[in-house]
Amino acid sequence: MSTAITVQGIIKEFPVGSQSIRVLHGIDAAIRTGELTYLVGESGSGKTTLISIIAGIMKPTGGGVRVFDTDIYGLSDSRLVTFRLANIGFIFQQYNLLPALTAAENAAVPLIAAGRPREEGVARARELMGKLGMADQVDKYPRQMSGGQQQRVAIARALVHSPRLVVCDEPTAALDAGSGRKVMDLLREVALAADRAVIIVTHDNRIFDLADRILMMEDGRIVHDGKTMPVGH
Amino acid sequence: MIWIAIRMLTGDSTKFYGLLFGVAFSTLLIAQQLTIFINLLERGAAQVYNVPSADVWVMDPSSRTAEVTVPMPSTDLFRVRGVPGVSWAAPIIIANAVVRTAEGKVEGVSVIGVDDATLIGLPRTQLSGSRDDLAGPDAIFMDGVGARKLFPEADAQSVLGTRFELNDQRAVVRGTVDANPSFTSGVLLYTRYSNALNYVPGTRNRMSFVLVRVQPGVDPGQLAERIERDTGLKAQTSREFARDGVDFIIENTGIPINFGITVLLGFIVGVAIVGLTFSLFIRDNIKQFGALKAIGVTNGKIRRMVAAQAGMVGFIGYGLGVLLAALFIYIGSNNSDEFKGFYTPWQIPTATAGVVMFMILLTGFISLRAVLKTDPAEVFR
Repeated sequence: MSTAITVQGIIKEFPVGSQSIRVLHGIDAAIRTGELTYLVGESGSGKTTLISIIAGIMKPTGGGVRVFDTDIYGLSDSRLVTFRLANIGFIFQQYNLLPALTAAENAAVPLIAAGRPREEGVARARELMGKLGMADQVDKYPRQMSGGQQQRVAIARALVHSPRLVVCDEPTAALDAGSGRKVMDLLREVALAADRAVIIVTHDNRIFDLADRILMMEDGRIVHDGKTMPVGH
Repeated sequence: MIWIAIRMLTGDSTKFYGLLFGVAFSTLLIAQQLTIFINLLERGAAQVYNVPSADVWVMDPSSRTAEVTVPMPSTDLFRVRGVPGVSWAAPIIIANAVVRTAEGKVEGVSVIGVDDATLIGLPRTQLSGSRDDLAGPDAIFMDGVGARKLFPEADAQSVLGTRFELNDQRAVVRGTVDANPSFTSGVLLYTRYSNALNYVPGTRNRMSFVLVRVQPGVDPGQLAERIERDTGLKAQTSREFARDGVDFIIENTGIPINFGITVLLGFIVGVAIVGLTFSLFIRDNIKQFGALKAIGVTNGKIRRMVAAQAGMVGFIGYGLGVLLAALFIYIGSNNSDEFKGFYTPWQIPTATAGVVMFMILLTGFISLRAVLKTDPAEVFR
């Protein structure tokens, strides 16, 4: 295991009228590869803001983020976008699949966005979906699939271009307990690798036992770092 | 990514067809109304177009168009013939008269008296009868549209020999010709110049115009200037005179304003439908666009995606609209006397394309702003 992400003194403030509200108060953390790291906390604790900053889609007010030794906010905007495309896979709470595309085509989007030929991208997505046990779903449209199946397609989309970091936002929030468990099992099985970091934002306590590491946030600070949730939570 | 953009667009069939309808309807309205407008204006020059052999029209200095004339003395014909560079010069009368049919139908008509010897001034295409028949007593040729208007039961052949009163004098239909209808779409009756003098009572001077053909190698514009200088009359090339007929309608009718308003409404309706539907489409997909931006799709690619979507809608919608407008004019001109001679000049689809492009750029730009302003971090909220 090696350090994948280093977060140093991250401060984030949002303007409200003529004033600003600080939601992250100088966060320091290191995320390792080969671990399923959970970012947990109540609503408003700052976990979504922190993962947005780590994923390179929200600039911090202060501090820095290194992702695989790249100071991502030292990059120009266009290079940061390219960096995200090459190195980060995203799994969203609401899946955000394109309804007009089939499952395989949806999964191929990062490859197509990177300029790979469509046929090649879709073929690779089909192959990956086969490995994920979804060979019979490749030609289905999102509207023809259950929430669990759509989230599995989203996992395929997040992994199809072999990113080194996978960020997941509440991947099981919209799923029942059984589907959520299956999605997490799959994520653990396929996303976790010795050279890849996986960060999951969640407050779904049904899946806390699957974490390798839990970072707990409260009021914009990390208040717990351990293998399990602190006693009383 | 263009492929994904197109799939996103066509995948939402309701909005896709709504967008196509909006652009096509707007295009149809603009192209069709502009075409009718242009063709109606052209009718102000119909009499000029009916005599393509004349290079120069000579008239009294107070005459303005083929239908707003001040008669000239017949001696002016000889003065014009004496101007160097004139190949031939023929007189023509264009005057108003009243027809009463055997059935008692009364109609205002235009009587056009053409040169007895040469029949210069008669439209080229004869629909029925022979040109020689115009030499007969009381003979008139009637334009095809007028014949159907005055004698709806008869066709081009059976109308031959029909008698009626023309300004209380006997007239007999000896032929029908294919003439461009005038702006007022009135009945056109062609007769010999000498006959026309009898049919149209009036003052001493009754010659409306002298039609002039230039000698080979002579510039019509220069000859017109020479005729004006030598005779004191007004002389214009066919092109100038046709233009004056069109200008007369523009200046003296409310047609440009009315059609302008319709075209503007077409544009506004198009912008409203297309803008609203496209904005709804973008808003419905804003989360997806946000997700694409988070994944790593650049703003440049997003711009190209929205441009492809807008371009596709514009291209297909415009094509459908122009096709329908052209079809409407084609069918109308072949089956309706009201649209006789109407055609779609190439300038209309070109101008409409410009308007549609502006409409698409405007709505596309407004929708694109919403996409570009979308914060990719929104997908985590």
